Order: sequence, then structure tokens, then C-alpha cells
Amino acid sequence: MRAVIRRAIGASLLTACLLALTASLGIGVAAAQTTLRMTWYSDGNEGEVMADLLRRFEDKHPDIHVVLDQVPFKAINENLPVQLASGQGPDIARVADMGGLARYMLDLRPYLKDAAYWEANYGPFLQWMRVPGDTSSIPGFMTQLTVTGPFVNKTLFEQAGVAMPGPKATWENWAKATKEVAAKVQAPFPIAFDRSGHRFFGMAISEGAAVFDDKGNPAVIDDGFKRAAKLIFDWHNSGVMSKELWGSVAGATYRGANEEFKNAQVVMYESGSWQISQFDKTIGAAFDWVAVPTPCGPANCSGMPGGAALVGIKSTKHPEEVARVLDYLASEDVVAEFYARSLFVPGHLGLARKGLDYKDASPVANAALKVFSDGVNQLAPAANQLQGYPASRVILNAVISRLGQAVSGEITLDDSYKRIAGDIEQQLAERNKK
Amino acid sequence: MIDLPDGIGLQAVPTASRLARLRRSGATILGAVLRLIDRPMGLLQRLIGERRMVYVFLLPNLAFFSLFVFVPLAIDLAYSLTGGESLFPSQRPYVGTEQYAYLFDCGSFFDPASCRVDHFWRGVANTMRFTVFQLVSMVTFSLVTALVLNMRIRGRGFFRAVYFFPVLLSPVVVALVWKWILQRDGLLNAGLTMIGGQKILFFVDPGWAMFWSVFVSVWAHMGFYTLILLAGLQAIPADLYEAAQMDATPRWRVLVRITLPLLWPNLIVVIVLAMIRGVQTFDEVFVLTGGGPGTATLMIVQYIYETAFASQVQNFGLAAAASIVLGVVLFLLTLAQLSRTRSAS
Repeated sequence: MRAVIRRAIGASLLTACLLALTASLGIGVAAAQTTLRMTWYSDGNEGEVMADLLRRFEDKHPDIHVVLDQVPFKAINENLPVQLASGQGPDIARVADMGGLARYMLDLRPYLKDAAYWEANYGPFLQWMRVPGDTSSIPGFMTQLTVTGPFVNKTLFEQAGVAMPGPKATWENWAKATKEVAAKVQAPFPIAFDRSGHRFFGMAISEGAAVFDDKGNPAVIDDGFKRAAKLIFDWHNSGVMSKELWGSVAGATYRGANEEFKNAQVVMYESGSWQISQFDKTIGAAFDWVAVPTPCGPANCSGMPGGAALVGIKSTKHPEEVARVLDYLASEDVVAEFYARSLFVPGHLGLARKGLDYKDASPVANAALKVFSDGVNQLAPAANQLQGYPASRVILNAVISRLGQAVSGEITLDDSYKRIAGDIEQQLAERNKK
Repeated sequence: MIDLPDGIGLQAVPTASRLARLRRSGATILGAVLRLIDRPMGLLQRLIGERRMVYVFLLPNLAFFSLFVFVPLAIDLAYSLTGGESLFPSQRPYVGTEQYAYLFDCGSFFDPASCRVDHFWRGVANTMRFTVFQLVSMVTFSLVTALVLNMRIRGRGFFRAVYFFPVLLSPVVVALVWKWILQRDGLLNAGLTMIGGQKILFFVDPGWAMFWSVFVSVWAHMGFYTLILLAGLQAIPADLYEAAQMDATPRWRVLVRITLPLLWPNLIVVIVLAMIRGVQTFDEVFVLTGGGPGTATLMIVQYIYETAFASQVQNFGLAAAASIVLGVVLFLLTLAQLSRTRSAS
């Protein structure tokens, strides 16, 4: 009996020693590896592509482990700012509100292998990520450059026997044509605009909206703006646009019509280049769709630029490792693969000049990417200025919230103009309270 | 002494004595501990007097309550007196009652369009409308359901479970399910078109949007209130109904003279809880209608959430001021209920 007990005690001691040894080795490995957290949102398949690229990065750099936290776009706009303000944010994040979050971004310059490469290829977009007055920091790179623009269900036009308006057609031409198509094929949405300030301003700038005064301060309500607002308002009343998008929710809530477009309920859908990937994959051969150049107004045929950037966060405890990850992801070969597999318009000047080979894209998607890439050259200065304005979301949200009220019949269009100006003024005043 | 079966009796006796020994030693330890506490407590009682000892016993609970209720309340109040968009109070400038003045800057409180912060006042009006409709519907349907489920009907247990089931669901799930039912190509419109009707865009019409907001809220929570009323109904002594039956009292008279008066304390609880839920409502309506069309179903809590988190300039000060106003309203409602209950008892 005693021998059995002695053996059992011996075995237990041996097991304990082995466990302790394994644990200490484990701790040793863990201590050698830095874990970084990356907050990410996806419109299409770019999350999968990023996960794949990170796996390859980790294979080459076993001392860094990147945890990819995939969150909804809403969380990027609403939760991430609070996290960042409290100093509890991730190490790296993909953000769309670049100007608004610029104060939380890490200047990567001291840690980058070749800052000149970044300046040369991401230069014009870096300004969108900088706080006012800063002209030199490098917080991150563009994971995509977006341009707003319309998609058209070509099959519905063919079924209705209506000719599609040409490249320089006006918004009014398209409204007339799509309404005719919708009436003939019983489609519920002749034109659908995402409920988004970006989509509205693409049209407003074409109609002549300047957005800013000579000093660069917001002066949103002008004749061009009013022309665009009146068009939207009238289209909702005449049935060109359905109130289900702009009129059905409160505040600045985003509402997209991508599902409706995919279900062939929309004749013309004003959205943007980021939809190409999902349309290419989900619509397939169900119907023919095309991207068409942004319709024109009296001033120009501009869309709105935008996009998302992958940036380092100032509160990180591992700035060097963050820079190594971003250096890898922003390198020409890697970022080219990322854009090509995600079907994104490149936010990298070198690649934009060379042109990208979208191997995975169908001919339709390739054609759409060409239309949007050409659209970049059509962007009006006001569009670029609005995108680069640090408080752009203040303007975009005020517009969408108040025009939404006007569309739903709650307030008049004139009241909405006053409210938009008031909201912008109040929010900027609140921001300036120090 | 328990009679034990043969065979285990021999073991049971020592077990019983062991148990008794254990009990004795447990009592000794407890006694020692109590004596330890007794001395300082006795001293404390002599110092502060017997009447004040109640506060000493309440202290642990009060400490937790303070930590999770009063401290956040104080922080909220502090935020409402500051401005700017910084998160930490130490970095926020003191602005006094500026946020309240801004919130209450109205031509007429009955016309939200005349207010500077019209969305807040639209939220107030919508919340009041929602609360009234929800309260009336909730109490009525819960009462009727409880009365039916209290009767001897077939499948009573099944129906009680059916009515309670939605209470177990998350409000977001409830709202999403109903959204799928009510949207343009949802189940209800499919049914309508199948019988030759037209599709109705429920979320585009302000009246329909408010109706469905109230309906979904009542559907989701009615089971809970029914349960409270059912418990009250079952506590009413049966002999009262027997006496009424012997007197051949009509059923409506039994309801009015016996059931409702004796159910009144439960009804008060239901009314107050439903009212508080109505004023605080957010998740279901937010997911179902997004506050629209326009701002037709925008509630106060959604306004607070969007002001603090959804704007680029996160206006924590204004949101805190709005939440303090909401808190005061809820406090007054609870106070009214308390005084009502006290006067009734």
C-alpha cells in the first residue's frame, strides 16, 4: 500500500515539474511575441483578403501576432471614437472618418523603413488623415479610394425598351428614363440613393454647390445645394425615389439600397465603387448591370471621393511593430494584391498610374472599375475639399438628417436649410469649447 | 428518532451522533463569531443609540447602491454642466447650465418645431404618445389575458407558456423578426397581396410606424405583466367568489366589486412598470423603425444615444443634460406612484 502511495506521489511531482517547465517555456514564447489588435470593417470580401495577408505576414514575422477584430461599419463610426478617446483603442484600425479621428492617429515616420515611398505613393491622401496645421505626419495608408457613382440595371432598360441615357446625361435625363423603365417593368425604385451625405453631395456639387466660402469655412446652403435638395425632394414626391430609404429613419442613420438593387428592384442605384465586389459575386448572371459615369449638373459631373485608411493608433504600446505591419501591408506588391482581390480602386498613386490587373473580376466588374477610376479625374475641387475637411461628417450628417425630415413631410425644404445651417454651427461651436 | 431499515441501523447511529456533534461545534463557532461582533456592535449601539443602528445595517447595501447608482448619477450631472467633446471630465470646460438653457430654448413646448433642439422635443412628444398608447394597451391586454388564463380552460398551462415566451426573447431579436414581417416584401404584405390587397409601406407612414412600435412592445412584454396580474388573481380568496355565487351576483359585478379592487395593488405595479418601460423605450423601436419616418418614432433615449455617440462631435454634455431631464421625469412618476400606493394602503 505504502509503495503505491509513494509511486503516486512521485508521479504527481513529476507531472507538476513537467507542467511548470511547459508553462515557463510557454511564457517565454509569449513574451517574445507581440500581439497587436486591428479593428476592421468590411463592405465586401476585403476582410478575408486582409486575414490572408496577415497570415502571410505572421509566417514571415513570427514575433508579431495580429488579431483581426472584424466589426460592423457602425461600430467604426460610433464605438471606436469613444474607445480611442478613452485610450483603450486597438493598435491599428481601418477608419472612414479620417479627419475626425486624426488626433488619435500615430505618426509612423520614425518607425517606417522608407517614409519617402509613403509620401510618393500615398501623399495626396495623407492630408485627409492629418489634424489641421499638420502637413508632414504619416498615420497610415488608403485601403481603398472610393468614388460615388451610379449602377444601372441594364436588363430592366432592355425589358422596358427604353434607351439608356449617354455619358454626359443630366440627372434630370436619368430621372425621366428610369421612371419610364420602372413604370413599364413594375420596379418599385426608379432611382435609389443610399441615405448618405456623400451620395447627396456628389449630386449637389454637380449642381454647383460650393460647400465652403473663400476662407474655407462651411457655407453649405447656396443655390447649387438648393437645386440638388429640390431635385431629391421633388423626386420623392413624384415617385422617382421611394421614401423607404431617406424618409423611413431618423437622424443620420445610413440606409443602403444594395439589397434592393441585387433583387432587381432598383433601376438606377447611386452608391459607389465599394459595391462592385459584392455585386460581382452575388448578382452573377441574374441580370446585366453596369456602372455609368456620374450624371451631370449645370456645374460639372462630379461624384464624391472617399475611402478608408488603415492607420496606427497613438495609444499603442508597440509603435515599432505597428509600423512593421503597416510597412508590409502598404508595400507595393502586397497592397496591389489587396486592391486587386478586393476589387478596390487603388489609393496608391504608383499603382493607379500603372493600372491594376483585377484577375478575379468578371468583365462587368472590370468595366465598372474602369468607370469609377475614370470618375476620379472628374472630381470637382469642392468634392475633394469636403472630403478633406476634418469636420466633414458634421456637414454630411446635418444634411442627411434634415433632408430626411423634409422628405418625410415633417418640415418644409426651407426649414431644412435653416436647420442644416443651425446644426452645423452648433456642433462646430461645441467642438471649439476648450 | 428515525426508524432505519435493518442493516444500516448500526451505521446510522454513529452518523447521527456525528451530525449532532457537528451541529454543536458549528453552533459553538457561530457563537464565537457572534460574540466577536457583538462586542463592537454593542459599543457602537451605546455610542450612537439603538434607533440609529438601522443605518449601520443598511450601510453595506447603501454602499453598493451608491457605487452603481449615485456615483454614475453624479458623473452624469457633472457632464451636463460641461461642454466640448473630450471624454474625460477633467478635460471638459465648465459651462454651467448652458446645456439645459439650450435644451429648453423653445418658443412653445407644445410645438417642437419652435425649439432650438427640436429633435429632443420631438423625442419627448413621441415618448409621451408612445407611453400613453403602450400603457393603455399593455394594461388592458394583460388584464384580459390574465383573467382568461385564470379561468379553468383547456390547455391553460400551454397558453400561459405561449404568452410568456416572447418575454424570454431579446428585444433586438423581437424587433428584427417583426421588421421582416412588416417590410415591403415581408410576410404581412405577402399575405395582403395574396388576398388581392395592396402592399402597405408600414415604415413610411408615421401613423403605422407608431402603431407597430406600440404593438411590438406590447406583444413582447405583455407576458410579464400578465404573470404579475395572474399571481394577484390567484391570491384573491376563493370564498369571496363562492359567496358572490351564492348571492347570484352577476359576473361583471364580481369583476368590478371583488376582482379589480383586490387586484389593485398588482395593477399599480403593472402601471408603474409599464410607464417606466414606455419612457425608457429604445432598443425595440430603434431596430424596428430607426426613429422614422422623419422623426415620428424618435424617442428620448434614442436622441440621447445619437447625441452622445452617433455624431462626429460627440456632445456628451447635451446628452447628459437630456438624460438628467429624463431621470427627473422618471423620479417624479415613481414618486407619484409611491404616494398613490401609500394613500391607498
